[in-house]
Amino acid sequence: MREIKAGAVTEAVARLFKQANYELGEDVLAALKKARREEESPSGREVIDTILQNAGIALNERIPLCQDCGVAVVFLELGQDAHIVDGDLYTAVNEGVRQAYDEGYLRKSIVTRPFSERTNTGDNTPAVIHTDIVPGDKLKITVLPKGGGAENMAKLGMLLPSDERRGVVEFVVNAVDEAWSKTCPPIIIGVGIGGTAEKAMALSKHALLRKVGEPSPDAEVADLEREILEKVNNLGIGPMGYGGRITALAVHAESFPTHITSLPVAVNLQCHSARHREIVL
Amino acid sequence: MVKKVKLPLTEKTLTELKAGDNVLLSGVLYVARDAAHKRMAEALQKQEPLPFDIKGQMLYYMGPSPAPPGRPIGSAGPTTSSRMDMYTPRLLAAGLKGMIGKGTRSVEVKEAMKKHKAVYLAAIGGAGALISKTIIKSEVIAYKDLGPEAILRLEVIDFPATVINDIHGGDLYIEGKVKYKNI
Repeated sequence: MREIKAGAVTEAVARLFKQANYELGEDVLAALKKARREEESPSGREVIDTILQNAGIALNERIPLCQDCGVAVVFLELGQDAHIVDGDLYTAVNEGVRQAYDEGYLRKSIVTRPFSERTNTGDNTPAVIHTDIVPGDKLKITVLPKGGGAENMAKLGMLLPSDERRGVVEFVVNAVDEAWSKTCPPIIIGVGIGGTAEKAMALSKHALLRKVGEPSPDAEVADLEREILEKVNNLGIGPMGYGGRITALAVHAESFPTHITSLPVAVNLQCHSARHREIVL
Repeated sequence: MVKKVKLPLTEKTLTELKAGDNVLLSGVLYVARDAAHKRMAEALQKQEPLPFDIKGQMLYYMGPSPAPPGRPIGSAGPTTSSRMDMYTPRLLAAGLKGMIGKGTRSVEVKEAMKKHKAVYLAAIGGAGALISKTIIKSEVIAYKDLGPEAILRLEVIDFPATVINDIHGGDLYIEGKVKYKNI
């Protein structure tokens, strides 16, 4: 049994959330530069130039990339031979969120009683935490500050088996078309297929963590990603919806076995400010 | 071509602005988003005065990140406008002349903009660090208890925006999509 101190978890979570909010990842920057070369629309190219310029200012002057510093989504992959000591794991994660959003001048956007009072918790907690138990004795922490505008356009479709691949493609493309300019395109499209309703949603969120534009290791899923990306980029929405060819930078899909009666499809959209960071303790 | 535009908007400027124009705004902007809109709508409902004179003004849908030491404001990009749609026609009737946000507006808002001769502009979402550098002053003028959703008065110089809906019926989101649609 390997021991990992709760304090180390707090320290890592705090550092990762600050870094994610100031520094756009190399993969996202590369995808934006590629989009800049491929975009035909002059206003679309101007938008991408501004996004790249913004990333430079955020990095150099330590100003958050976006004022929406997100809901603090945290993925934990906890090795079954690791033992968290000197504190509770989730308390440690939330303490890290609290420190990052306070010390980092990040916006606190979380409210309690979503259906009534909507009172700000003041420290951006609680985090939304997804935990997987995996072999080994390490703890992998991935943070994803997720903006609300794009999250609001997430969709779940409980399709029928007879809808097949074509139905899946249509459902995802329609979700993007409906979101139109609201999600801060160019976006990254997370797609979860199969499992149950909540499993499909979780897959679609997890898919956003992949390096931007890296195809699925499963050839059939990768082919589906290509088809959806092509159809989405034919919609004409373009960067920030001003018209153009690059509505999405990438489609990342994950698939899981499902029930004989079901074909769940979930769509989770990620704005161009695709912020995520990870560390292994 | 980028047009330099002074705020508040004059009738002449309102007529000249066309969907698709890139503009640099200088002057005063008032900031309000979801919770502040709800309160303003309630005030109008009760025939109480709004916390600032909205006649002729421009609203910016935004909730900034906290200002680090030595800066007037933190990251300050636009939020999605459609969440304000249900309150907007009432504010336009009260004299509001322009709005800055991101994303499409409802049919009702577009109709009310035509009726009251008001414009809708978009700023680039996710460019909050860059936009913050055009804001030279920020003060909370109402609803302080709403935290990042309080009403602010901003002074801006060369704030970058794009005209989406002009007073002549132009709509960049629709025109742009039609132009580049490929099906």
